[in-house]
Amino acid sequence: MADKKSAKAKPAPLQSLGDYKPLGSTPDEMVDAQGQIRPLWQAFAEAFAALPPAEIALRQARAEQYLRDSGVFFRQYGAGQSTERPWPLSPIPVLIDESDWVHVSQALTQRADLLEALMADLYGENRLVSEGLLPPALIASNPEWLRPMVGIRPHTGHYLHFVAFEIGRGPDGQWWVLADRTQAPSGAGYALENRVATSRAFAEIYGDGHIHRLAGFFRDFRDTLQSLRQDRDSRVVILSPGPLNETYYEHAYIARYLGFTLVQGEDLVVDDGALKVRTISGLRPVDVLWRRLDSSYADPMELNPQSRLGTPGLVSALRTQGLTLVNALGSGILETRALMAFLPKLAPILLGADLAIPNIATWWCGGATERARVKSAPQRMVLSPALATGMPFDRQGETQLASDLTPAELAHRLANGADYVAQEAVTLSTTPALVDGKLAPRPMILRVFLARTPKGWQVMPGGFARIGATPDPAAVAMQRGGSAADVWIVTKDAVPAVSMVAPPTGPYRRTTPGALPARAADNLFWLGRYIERTEVIVRLLRARNIRLAESGAMAKPLLDVLDPLLETLGVDPDTGIPQGLLDTLSDATGSAGQVRDRFSPDAWSALADLNKTARRMATTVTPGDDAARALSSLLRKLAGISGLVHENMYRFFGWRFLTIGRLHERAMGMTALVATLADPEAPAGALDLAVEVGDAVLTHRRRFTMRTSRDTVIDLLALDPLNPRSIRHQIDGLQIQVDMLPGANDHGALSPLARDMLRCHAALATEAPETLTTEALWQFRDRIAALSERLTEEYLR
Amino acid sequence: MRYGLNLKVKYEFDRPTGSGRQLLRVLPAEIAGAQTVLASVLTVTPPPLERREFPDFFGTKVIEVVMPPGLTELVITMAARLSRTADPQGFDMSPPLAQLPAELNGVYDLGPNSPHHFTAASPRIAAGIEIAAFARTATAGASSVREAIEHFGLAIYSGMKFDSKATEVDTSPAEAFSLRRGVCQDFAQIMISGLRSLGIPSAYVAGFLRTLPPKGKPRLAGADAMHAWTRAWAGIEAGWVEYDPTNACFAENNHIVVGYGRDYGDVAPVTGRLRLDGPQKGSHAVDLIEMDEPRLHVT
Repeated sequence: MADKKSAKAKPAPLQSLGDYKPLGSTPDEMVDAQGQIRPLWQAFAEAFAALPPAEIALRQARAEQYLRDSGVFFRQYGAGQSTERPWPLSPIPVLIDESDWVHVSQALTQRADLLEALMADLYGENRLVSEGLLPPALIASNPEWLRPMVGIRPHTGHYLHFVAFEIGRGPDGQWWVLADRTQAPSGAGYALENRVATSRAFAEIYGDGHIHRLAGFFRDFRDTLQSLRQDRDSRVVILSPGPLNETYYEHAYIARYLGFTLVQGEDLVVDDGALKVRTISGLRPVDVLWRRLDSSYADPMELNPQSRLGTPGLVSALRTQGLTLVNALGSGILETRALMAFLPKLAPILLGADLAIPNIATWWCGGATERARVKSAPQRMVLSPALATGMPFDRQGETQLASDLTPAELAHRLANGADYVAQEAVTLSTTPALVDGKLAPRPMILRVFLARTPKGWQVMPGGFARIGATPDPAAVAMQRGGSAADVWIVTKDAVPAVSMVAPPTGPYRRTTPGALPARAADNLFWLGRYIERTEVIVRLLRARNIRLAESGAMAKPLLDVLDPLLETLGVDPDTGIPQGLLDTLSDATGSAGQVRDRFSPDAWSALADLNKTARRMATTVTPGDDAARALSSLLRKLAGISGLVHENMYRFFGWRFLTIGRLHERAMGMTALVATLADPEAPAGALDLAVEVGDAVLTHRRRFTMRTSRDTVIDLLALDPLNPRSIRHQIDGLQIQVDMLPGANDHGALSPLARDMLRCHAALATEAPETLTTEALWQFRDRIAALSERLTEEYLR
Repeated sequence: MRYGLNLKVKYEFDRPTGSGRQLLRVLPAEIAGAQTVLASVLTVTPPPLERREFPDFFGTKVIEVVMPPGLTELVITMAARLSRTADPQGFDMSPPLAQLPAELNGVYDLGPNSPHHFTAASPRIAAGIEIAAFARTATAGASSVREAIEHFGLAIYSGMKFDSKATEVDTSPAEAFSLRRGVCQDFAQIMISGLRSLGIPSAYVAGFLRTLPPKGKPRLAGADAMHAWTRAWAGIEAGWVEYDPTNACFAENNHIVVGYGRDYGDVAPVTGRLRLDGPQKGSHAVDLIEMDEPRLHVT
């Protein structure tokens, strides 16, 4: 049926696709050698050709908007610094025929098995070396061969659980493996985001049900990792190097998507021979660790002693505990480029079959025959360090065309041949990319992901395509301006819908959220504090600028008492939008960045937006009326963030620490404000200023129907539990939250923090306006400050 | 030769420490035909929370301890009895230097004693141009690998000055060489760097050295030392030879081996993560006594 249909379909004239013209030198995914659109691309090409240019731009914008809103980014490294860059999506998907994909899947499954067998030998008996099948120097001088791991067998029996392969299509249309990714492959999460963005841009094409969905792959892998735990109470955690890593966004995204705990090295501790995560409820066991950190950094005790990202004793835990690592430490050695020279010969020995898809032709220059070969055809060879990992051309300057070297340079390298590997220069197929609103052919590499499940290796039906910035195949690296595209595996039959939720297998059981890592709690606590501190600063600044606009120099006595409040918060009051305010906002963003997996994406973009707005204002706004208006608009944005957090965040420990931070900071700020402005010595107008900064002008008028006096202000801003900005309201809230923290109140037995909290609460609740002197207020503020230290000691270390 | 060996390492901390994990590599090695440990015991005070023992990749015995928080003092004591019979330097079976690469290519082995582990640069011993040039000059005209090893070791001995103040534990061999000063660790690492540049696989040896007292004087307790020297591969027939460039001799019965590694980092006696909140003071004392040897205690 389907065949008949495609045979009948009329090829779309190429004109309607702009002047799309394959390069001619290499095959093109969409257009065949005769210039005809391939049947696979027919529907897409027709739909695309029907779009007016304005519509194309709109769709591209829609995809980009999605990525911006989700906060998808990667980190680009430049001279001495790195910056977060928007995700470079190429909105045109790469289409692959299902029958082609079945072949790719089988071949890559075979390759994953080959690498597993090789890994088992390299970290086991090393028979391949002793039988002369692998040169010993290639292993012994390899920094990725981690000697402490030799002899440690993974308790599941498997070293590899999640791998990826870079593949490309050669001049004859056949697939080639260009690189093996076994250390800690990235990109699976980005593939998901590419999918959502691309399907938004081309909803009508994607929606017709002939494109394989990705969710099932992730669901099966998640369930597999869960099942590898030996103890139901233990955890699966994802270990990230932290926010400065190139792909941190993805670590947080995958953790959120799969419901695993995201940790950094310092969150983990090896205790009594077993790996545990520090949480606010104490140490909790970890049975499965999915590491996104390179092996050598994982344990400063037995691996790289310089590492500050690892967990001391992790290798020791592997020796004593049934801990599963995804992937085993030391798996980076399989990425060694020179090993590709040996894999074709090893496949029949280790698997009993030849490689189904070859890897790019590779020669290790340690042998005389190989060196002669490079000398005879340097124009077709690239030379790179033998122990390099990753893709040729990923790192600038590392890889060179042999014919670009002077004969002396080439001779020098070949004299140290064991240090070099030669590979056939890559030619890649091209695929359509959107360049200035039109389709243009660009070289393409696919990254394909495989996950081990109880049913064997599963291949993600789709993947992550890298598209070159220029027709030069070397320009696919994203660090060099390349972009990423979604990969659609097109089937003849409609695919069933998949969901992440597994069908129920027993009676419904409510699960409680996992314990909160102490570092995450710490960041949430400080996030709450920084957001609230921003608000305190903005309110004080606004009141100051209004006075300045209204009374000019006359306001000086009042400003003289107000300014120290700002100065203690690190803010110089004399500029429109002071640097101190921007710094506090950066601190808030920094804390939020550490807990991207626990922070709502909407709240994250609202925070980023606030940050951007404040920075823009800082360059133009002048003190006085101008600043007052600008600050009012910042206040509205802040309210938006608070709303997003408090209306949407699940009310568990994470929310609790964020809330404690907010209440604590507000209590501190309000106490200082009242102590300063309600002081009997304060100048005229100070009480009104306090009521205004406390956002209580209307309430004061309604409750007291009279002028402000010290008593009314103290009552309303310090003691009234119904005023959401009063000190008492914060202390009430803090007490409720603290009481619900783990171990705080064990049937009446109070923790030191809960005890201090209760005393603090009683002290304030028994005060009256006449007894709450300025001195008493400052003393009370010290007691609140001490609560933060207690909290840190009990939960956040 | 039978010995009694005593080691005492003491750390004092100005302020109490956090809890910490330590790896100790101080127990003498068991080496077939050359060194036999009759008994050994290692004590850590105060008692650790956890203690484990395992051999590392190169076969060194490692004691892993986890110390409780709040330490102000940490004492490691080790006592052992052992017998040592160093290989006598007999007839030179090693090939000419030019022939060594071919012999190395014939070794299909990645076991702990394989020369292949010791050919490339290692974390603490990078390839250095100056040391390489010095090694080339010192070994010009050597007729065999063993002779090259000996010539180079002698050149280091006469070209360097022993100075315990000039370098620190993290000083690189290139730096120590440019100073022409250092301690046994620097001497050994310079020699390793140079031998590797010549294509001779070379390892770091950590151990103890017995110091002989001046004639007619009794030896003093604690006067012996933790020591380091070099192990070099002299071809398939000759195998490994051990040379001590600090004392310009092949390793003898006075050299007690703890372990082998690519550099100091692989066999450092104490590595760990004790979180130090204040400065720390360390001291160590070694006694290596031939059984029945007269001995004077100094308190």
